[in-house]
Amino acid sequence: MRHLLRRIGFYLVALWASATLNFLIPRLAPGNPAQTLMARLHGRLTPQAQHALEILFGINHDPLWSQYLQYLNNLLHGNLGVSITYFPTPVSEVIAQEIPWTLMLVGIALVISFVLGTLLGVIVAWRRGSRLDAILSPLFTFLSAIPYFWLALILLYVLGFLLNWFPINGGYDTDNTVPGLTPDFILSGLTPDFILSAILHGVLPAFTIVISSIAGWLLGMRNAMITTLSEDYVLMAEAKGLSSRRVMLVYAARNAILPNITSFALSLGFVVSGALLTEIVFSYPGIGYALLEAVTNLDYALLQGIFLIIAIAVLAANFLADLLYVALDPRVRLERN
Amino acid sequence: MSIPSLQVDPSSFQLQRLRDFWRLLTINRKVSVGLWILAFFVLVAIFGPIIFHQDANALGPDILQPPSPAHWLGTTQTGQDIFLQVVVGTRVSVVFGLVTGLVATIISVVVGLAGGYFGGWIDEVLSLLSNVFLVLPALPLAIVLATFVAYKGPLTIGFVTVITGWSWGARVLRAQTLSMRSRDFVEASRASGETSWRIIFYEIFPNEIAIVAAELLGTVIYAILAETGLEYLGLGDVTTVSWGTMFYWAGNNDALLLGAWWWFLPPGVCISLLGAGLAFINFGIDEIANPRLRKEERPKLAKFKKSGKAVEA
Repeated sequence: MRHLLRRIGFYLVALWASATLNFLIPRLAPGNPAQTLMARLHGRLTPQAQHALEILFGINHDPLWSQYLQYLNNLLHGNLGVSITYFPTPVSEVIAQEIPWTLMLVGIALVISFVLGTLLGVIVAWRRGSRLDAILSPLFTFLSAIPYFWLALILLYVLGFLLNWFPINGGYDTDNTVPGLTPDFILSGLTPDFILSAILHGVLPAFTIVISSIAGWLLGMRNAMITTLSEDYVLMAEAKGLSSRRVMLVYAARNAILPNITSFALSLGFVVSGALLTEIVFSYPGIGYALLEAVTNLDYALLQGIFLIIAIAVLAANFLADLLYVALDPRVRLERN
Repeated sequence: MSIPSLQVDPSSFQLQRLRDFWRLLTINRKVSVGLWILAFFVLVAIFGPIIFHQDANALGPDILQPPSPAHWLGTTQTGQDIFLQVVVGTRVSVVFGLVTGLVATIISVVVGLAGGYFGGWIDEVLSLLSNVFLVLPALPLAIVLATFVAYKGPLTIGFVTVITGWSWGARVLRAQTLSMRSRDFVEASRASGETSWRIIFYEIFPNEIAIVAAELLGTVIYAILAETGLEYLGLGDVTTVSWGTMFYWAGNNDALLLGAWWWFLPPGVCISLLGAGLAFINFGIDEIANPRLRKEERPKLAKFKKSGKAVEA
């Protein structure tokens, strides 16, 4: 229990740190969003309009600490400011529209890659020194070094452009559906056609994320598994004459999976980052694509909102992995009592 | 009376050490493959731009040509030679990766060793800091930072990469230092009145050199991947030629829809090869340091008895 409380405390600190970073970074850099927008409007603004814009973007000339308190207050009320790109839509609305796509795509791809990678790691470690190990381990080392977005480009080119097996951009067929994931759209527009086209559009991006991230789980599991395989209890299980499948899965893999769960939590941020770039390559509707829009349009409010949402998501997933760890490893519970 | 057998020629001793070092590097196949790849790219980075002494941004009359004898890797939409760009870009990207990796590693060494050695509130603060940076998603943070900093160029990208790349190493090194803090040789040097910093860097640090090396390689991979990612998004200086900016221009000019595979294929192959080379060295070091990971030649029947013995390692 104390362990859990400590972890919760840590995640609260991390959350506060990311919010504060989000507050400080734009204020330490020169210029502000209103000035950017004004520069884009080429000074065609009256002073009143300029003032109104400044209020809209929450820019004031109060001392920093009071701005900071206002910022935190806004965050707590879910107010992330107004997007310039989708002016005058609030950032929270833009994000709410994009996030289901990212959650579906990255979530599914992540689970597939983790399960598949861990299983392959178990098998490769079990057959260490065999031809399978000799081929798979270097192959996956190579795969782990491939940048996500480059693999995405290659797959897009070969499977989408040359072979025409998959659509080359977007998240669904625009011909027979209305864009946007509004509530009434979900009720009315969720036709079989739409679902089919969404799946078809999602296969290639998901495949990219799986291929690029699977190596990490595989190699991590392989090394943990090899260390576990030389433990006495594995030898004991062998000596008892248990089936090798039972020894492999119940005795060795079950213990070896613990470090992989820690690394699952830690590399989550990395995978999410890669997934963002993948979305950008595939013009997939989602957080990554919104991020690109924000970067190219210097849409600071949207950029900050997206960073905050990603940070919260990654922190939450880390916390879940922590809970899972406590549930799986009795030593963590016992140690603290 | 002289004792000739004890008079060791210092130069032969050094030669022996060098030979041992060389043997250590070549005994593991992964390490030697990785080193060859790394050496290749370092050589290209040093000599490439000297041999092909031309402006990689120079425009030419041959527009969007596939690979041919005249242009080994084809040309871009503005007639730039892609082979030349890859060679020149190698210097930028490799130097960038190595320098950023080095700086980030130095930070993680200082933070990790100081935290692990001093303990107490220093450790609390430092490990909280590194844990926070560890869980924050690095690339989105890097994108936010790079967008807000007005100056676009390698310095910004490098700064951003260092900020987001040091925390993992600090955590690993802290754990290792913690386990080393109360060993006899550290106690002994403390008792003999050495200063804390001397103990940290002369007594403890040399024992962690393998971890630091692995850390450095990992960070270099991260730095190169992060650099390409950020430059692909147009957050770097798009006028310098590097692997990342090549992607940016290829993407901007719809190289994919024009079917110009030769534009985005070569820089990606280079990144993957270099990354794989570094990863191979890393896994090789792992195998040298952890004998259990090593591939052993074992008689088939005695497989499990032998692996049982390795428990003592």
